[in-house]
Amino acid sequence: MGGVNADRTGARLASLEPKWVWQPGETLVRGLLFLAAAFAIIATFAIVVALLWDTVVFFGRVSPVAFYTGTKWSPVIDGLYGVLPLIAGTLLIAGGAVLIGIPLGLSAAIFLREYAPARVREFVKPLLEVLAGIPSIVFGFFALLLVSPTLKAWFGADYFNGANAIIVIGIMIIPIVSSLSEDALTAVPTDLRDGAVALGATRFEATARVVIPAAFSGIMASFLLAFSRAVGETMVVLIAAGENVNLTFNVLGPMSTLAGDIARKATGDLPVGSDLFRSLFAVGFTLFVITFVINLTSDVLRHRFREAYD
Amino acid sequence: MRSKSRKVRKAKELVFVILFLAGIGVALGVLGILLASLFATAAPYLTPTLFTSYANYQDATRAGYAAAIAGTLWIVSLTLLFSLPLGVGAAIYLEEYSRGGRIARILQAGVSNLAGVPSVVFGLLGLAIFVRAFHLGAVVLAGALTLTLLVFPYVVITAREAIRAVPQSIRDAALAMGATKWQAIRHQVLPAAAPGLLTASILGAARTIGETAPLIVIGAVVLQTFLPYGPDSPFVALPVQIYAYIGLPGPEWQGVAAAGMVVLLVILFAFNAVAIIGRNRLQRTRW
Amino acid sequence: MLRSLLKGTAPPSTAVEPEVHRVPPPLTLVEIQDAAIESRNLSVWYGRKHAIREVDLKIQRRGITAIIGPSGCGKSTYLRAINRMNDTIRNCRTTGQLLVDGEDVYGPNVDPVLLRRKVGLIFQKPNPFPKTVYRNVAFGVQLHYRTTKEELDGVVEAALREANLWDEVKDRLHDSALGLSGGQQQRLCIARALAIQPEMLLMDEPCSALDPVATAKIEDLMFELKKQMTIVIVTHNMQQAARIADHTAFLYLGKLVEYSQTRELFERPTQELTENYITGRFG
Repeated sequence: MGGVNADRTGARLASLEPKWVWQPGETLVRGLLFLAAAFAIIATFAIVVALLWDTVVFFGRVSPVAFYTGTKWSPVIDGLYGVLPLIAGTLLIAGGAVLIGIPLGLSAAIFLREYAPARVREFVKPLLEVLAGIPSIVFGFFALLLVSPTLKAWFGADYFNGANAIIVIGIMIIPIVSSLSEDALTAVPTDLRDGAVALGATRFEATARVVIPAAFSGIMASFLLAFSRAVGETMVVLIAAGENVNLTFNVLGPMSTLAGDIARKATGDLPVGSDLFRSLFAVGFTLFVITFVINLTSDVLRHRFREAYD
Repeated sequence: MRSKSRKVRKAKELVFVILFLAGIGVALGVLGILLASLFATAAPYLTPTLFTSYANYQDATRAGYAAAIAGTLWIVSLTLLFSLPLGVGAAIYLEEYSRGGRIARILQAGVSNLAGVPSVVFGLLGLAIFVRAFHLGAVVLAGALTLTLLVFPYVVITAREAIRAVPQSIRDAALAMGATKWQAIRHQVLPAAAPGLLTASILGAARTIGETAPLIVIGAVVLQTFLPYGPDSPFVALPVQIYAYIGLPGPEWQGVAAAGMVVLLVILFAFNAVAIIGRNRLQRTRW
Repeated sequence: MLRSLLKGTAPPSTAVEPEVHRVPPPLTLVEIQDAAIESRNLSVWYGRKHAIREVDLKIQRRGITAIIGPSGCGKSTYLRAINRMNDTIRNCRTTGQLLVDGEDVYGPNVDPVLLRRKVGLIFQKPNPFPKTVYRNVAFGVQLHYRTTKEELDGVVEAALREANLWDEVKDRLHDSALGLSGGQQQRLCIARALAIQPEMLLMDEPCSALDPVATAKIEDLMFELKKQMTIVIVTHNMQQAARIADHTAFLYLGKLVEYSQTRELFERPTQELTENYITGRFG
């Protein structure tokens, strides 16, 4: 191209005022966006500070040893700050929930990915997302309304009991396990599955012996995430699990968890600046550390899994 | 070496397929039962009183959620206002600007760690920092700021997906015409990512609506007989009010609570429906 | 049609049809006495795409038969139809008959799982399982047989020897298979297929992802194997077909064009289409 037309266009462009782009603006924008991205770090930092602030003061007045080994959590009546009942309750309820939710969630994922025809998948997946979107308070209500009387009738459980929470939280985490495990299964390249089928494996054998082992890290990561969710679950426990100041393993009776207890105490009367008030933060700090460790492990696993397939 | 029976292998497969089906069966069955029993319990109380009365702990027939619904609307709006720019901004940085080095990994780890923090802990954070250290008191603003922190990672994650879905060719074309990076983003990438970003924001709002524990810890008031008058007003939110009713003995209060939950679910459903419809309609005019 | 437009692929239109009608009727210039595999009027559809069109072909027992043709002509589809691997693809429909040892594998009582024990398949891209070398080879055996540890060790070693891989991996049996080179991985895939003692081996462009040295090793292996086994190899490398195959079939747009002894096909092709392909005028 060239010649007369180019000259004319060139002449026209040259007569326009060049638009002045504010160069420092680019750097400014980049800086602002970086701050937004860093907000997560800032927020995490803020959480740690906020929790530690009162926790440290608290541990100045109540010995951490007594805190972490004491078996009675009765700060109001007895002045006892043993957090073991809460930790035990948390682990029992989260552990039980995971025993229910993981097999069911993994089964759902395997079924959806390996066996279900496309139409069934299109029908079921949105329903699982609906399940995932229901607020936990509704599940707490469900626990009280339906699960509790059933447990009472079948096992003679108390009205408020740990099993309520175990069952309901177990069901709540099914969508998490299902969706993440399904992603892990999908990430396994089809030629692996084909290789097994070409050797005469049935669909189940190919899935069980080749696909699942290959997706293992990703699946484990989903389990850990579900566990972390169960550990942090508050409303179901608050509504349906009751309150128990003693260390107990009886899931048919009331149990307290770290998260549930924080919410419960916060709704009561808390003289600001009291040990009781600060104990909230100590408990919160403990909870935070536990979930932080679980999530970190899950992330590491997920990265290792992704590396294996890149 | 003995040959394995084909029949046995087939039988094994059948057993396991049935087990796999059980996973879905239980999940869907519970969903159905839950919704059915919820509506059944709520039915007698689904009246306009829900919207016009304030909290009432003596007479179930006069109990309502007026303040709570207003409070929820206030909180959700403010939370969206704060979390969207922050979340989308972070997503833009992580997707468009960051070069994937160590810093990028730390930032991403930060986001995903924040996503895993239990909601009560956010409540404690809000209590310590916004209510007390900032001296805001237990007001709407404190609640919104707390929930902003909570919902931020979700907005980042969904916004990133939306931005990532924009084809590289669009960016290249803009840059090839002499646009600066930000110009390319602002004028090409973001509009192209709009449907996904809309979804991200609506889903973020949906998450906020159902959050109870952090607001309880911050100090949502449960006997509020006026509508919140501003960001500096004490407040109660819908799920918190529901929780208050659940705590009362007697089937009539279960009914009121259930009715509140129905309202909650309807609002959630409406948000999700808007998100999906909005995304579909915007996507029809896509590349 | 809308869907394919959105996906950016051409709709299955009439543009292809005239081409296909220009393909002459198939010419089979060789009498196969003992056909281990035979297809009669075999057709395979992917959705509306007619990928294999009424192919009649007999594959000689114990020997190497090559299937050549330009990309997309259906060679792999034909191969995969033999051990019913196409079953794993949705929307895939097969009509006609495909006889293995005289029995139609698409018949009502045939179990594909057992069929695949008899007819092995080697893929284009080596796909070892992310497990140890040992467990890769043992996998198929453990699916179909109960063995003691000694028996299994024996079978694994025999298979690796048969695949000419034993010397290279005997000290690495319990290391990850993914640490082997591409050529070694492909021979590992052959070993694991051989471990369950198939009577026939299908190979889908097994050397296309490998370097010449590795390719030569596999071709040598095939010469060894063909004494006992029926081998069908799909290849787009005509020199390879000329080197190793006893019989060669030329497929074009899903139809069989010409089928004869390899030397005859390459030195004196009868169909003009065949000659054009061999001399590189297209494909």
